[in-house]
Amino acid sequence: MLHNLARLGRYRGLIQSLVARELKAKYRGSVLGFFWSFINPLLLLLIYSFVFKYVLPARFEGIEHYELFLFCGLLPWTWFSSSLLESSGVLISGGNLIKKVLFPAEVLPIVTVLANLVHFLLGLTILAAFLIYFQRPLHFVELAWFPIAVVVQLIFTLGCALLLSALTVHFRDVRDILGHVMTFWFFATPIIYPYYQMEDWQMRILNLNPFTHLAITYQEILYFEGPVGHWKWLLAVGGASVVFFLFGYFAFDRLRDTFAEEV
Amino acid sequence: MNAIEVIHASKIYRRFSRKRQFATLKSALLSGSLIRDLRPDETFAAIRDVSFTVPAGRTLGVIGRNGSGKSTMLKLVAGITKPTSGTVSVNGRISALIELGAGFHPEISGRENVFINGIMLGLSKREISARFDEIVEFAELKEFIDAPVKTYSSGMYMRLGFAVAIHVDPDVLLVDEVLAVGDEGFTHKCLDKFGEFKRRGKTILLVTHSLGLVERFCDEALWLDAGQMKAMGDPKRVVGAYITDVESQEERHLAASDAKAQDVAAISPDDPAAAVLPDHPVETAAAPADMFRATEGRWGSREVEITDVLLAGADGERGHVFHSGERVDIRMRMRAPLAIDDFVIGIGIFNADGVCCFGTNTGIEDFQSERIFGDVEAIFTIESLDLVEGTYKLDVAVHKRDGYPYDYHRLLYTFRVKSRRKDVGIYRPRHEWRFSDGIALSRMGGDTA
Repeated sequence: MLHNLARLGRYRGLIQSLVARELKAKYRGSVLGFFWSFINPLLLLLIYSFVFKYVLPARFEGIEHYELFLFCGLLPWTWFSSSLLESSGVLISGGNLIKKVLFPAEVLPIVTVLANLVHFLLGLTILAAFLIYFQRPLHFVELAWFPIAVVVQLIFTLGCALLLSALTVHFRDVRDILGHVMTFWFFATPIIYPYYQMEDWQMRILNLNPFTHLAITYQEILYFEGPVGHWKWLLAVGGASVVFFLFGYFAFDRLRDTFAEEV
Repeated sequence: MNAIEVIHASKIYRRFSRKRQFATLKSALLSGSLIRDLRPDETFAAIRDVSFTVPAGRTLGVIGRNGSGKSTMLKLVAGITKPTSGTVSVNGRISALIELGAGFHPEISGRENVFINGIMLGLSKREISARFDEIVEFAELKEFIDAPVKTYSSGMYMRLGFAVAIHVDPDVLLVDEVLAVGDEGFTHKCLDKFGEFKRRGKTILLVTHSLGLVERFCDEALWLDAGQMKAMGDPKRVVGAYITDVESQEERHLAASDAKAQDVAAISPDDPAAAVLPDHPVETAAAPADMFRATEGRWGSREVEITDVLLAGADGERGHVFHSGERVDIRMRMRAPLAIDDFVIGIGIFNADGVCCFGTNTGIEDFQSERIFGDVEAIFTIESLDLVEGTYKLDVAVHKRDGYPYDYHRLLYTFRVKSRRKDVGIYRPRHEWRFSDGIALSRMGGDTA
């Protein structure tokens, strides 16, 4: 397994060009093309803001510019959830490659996660525009935590994507269940509501969710004033993510030989 | 040094029952049968204990019937699947022409696909840039290379896939029956490219149904049958053995289908169920209105009955597969309970298109009938079966001079003519080429007729 993991480095070029292809192919044929990467998060934000400001007005103390708060959690979540939803089917749709070409299968879920990372990074420019518009002060020290949070999320997402893509080959219904799991997971994460205004017992439950800590970290860096108080949790989630990634890769590696027959 | 080493390799596919196919993760978890369901119900051995080696620089042709494990063998060598037991090892860079253009993305241009496909096959970006023009040239797609691949015709798609795969410059090239990708000209180009590979000392593993190609092109041939190695060695010898085996198999098939056709035809006419079945031989007392409509059947008054018809080769053995130019006997056993003086015995040979290739009878050939009585036999000898390769059907009949049928068997007997030469038409006259000075030709490939 470690040998295979080391081999991943050699597929850099392949992964790179496949991510580029994914991005190019995604909007090929649409009028706005590449701009969808910006418009998508904007529209999503518009809908959520509309719902939570006018339909079900959410009133949280100390949360002004609710849309900005929402955006800080929503953007990384979109990266996470669309990565998982897409990667669950990626081995099946890429079946031709696995069956007919000597092709390292793990490249497919990895490419999915990375392509979504690019969309996430593009969406960040919209977020940056919002931050400037609302004149939120940003501190350099706080911003230093941002790449760390992204890396932690990347490792965690990769672990999930590898595990899910391998499982889906054997149980196609993972894809169907997953949509509902992700919806539930979204509401179980402090994205549309602030973590710090929850009851103690609610916080304890939320703490079990690794994405809680990622969302809080993003919000602390970009939205809340004051230093990033959640960094210990972030590092703990980071350590757990590495372990989880290795587990996901191990499971993928064990199932690898069955792909060509089952896909 | 060996380029490919296969040692006691077996590949066993697992088959799951219906239940397993519809099982879901949820139900598996609920019933606690997750582990049990993952176990196969039965197994199917696609490759059984095959061992062979291919020295570097040699070309091996793999032949065998459909489903004999050829493609599985190729996938094992390519490393796409792993053997269930035994080992498969390959030295050097592999390029597998199994499915051409498998990694193409339809939405992006041919140019971008060439790059990505090349990287998938193990080339670096720089290597592809260096070979790009050559690839496009080879695929004959110069003016379309910037169009999205989804606009390509299937031939263009295949050609581009082939061009990329062949320019990977592998040490070991695996080819799975892909020569049918283009028109005649492109096929020749592919063959030339293979020839060039051979000259440069590359190893080639070729899976094909084109036996001529194996004989002409390969240093060795491997014959797989039902996953097992039947023979390996000199291509001429192995191909010969394979052809013989295929013929005997066909012989058995034809014998079985003949028996079936005659069984159906022999059903008594007062069985209404049999009579209404369309497209099946139907026994009727009268001849069909249109004698030239080629449907199988049997009719006649049976005052003289044809009890058995058999075809025999030069050795006198009953057979259904003959070689073009062989001597063939058509033997008709008949029974005439009462002595009859007005009768004509005839035969007709039809090809698969229903075209009458030859027909004659004793009347046409000026025999005057005098008497037929008891259990008798008529033998029609064809000194040389000068027909081209194909499947033929036989009519045999006994009737009165005015056409009133005693027993007419229409297209009830099938035989196959085999030939190493793929000449066309129906009739192959004995022939010979002669050339004046100034025309020089040399003979290549199969030397038997």
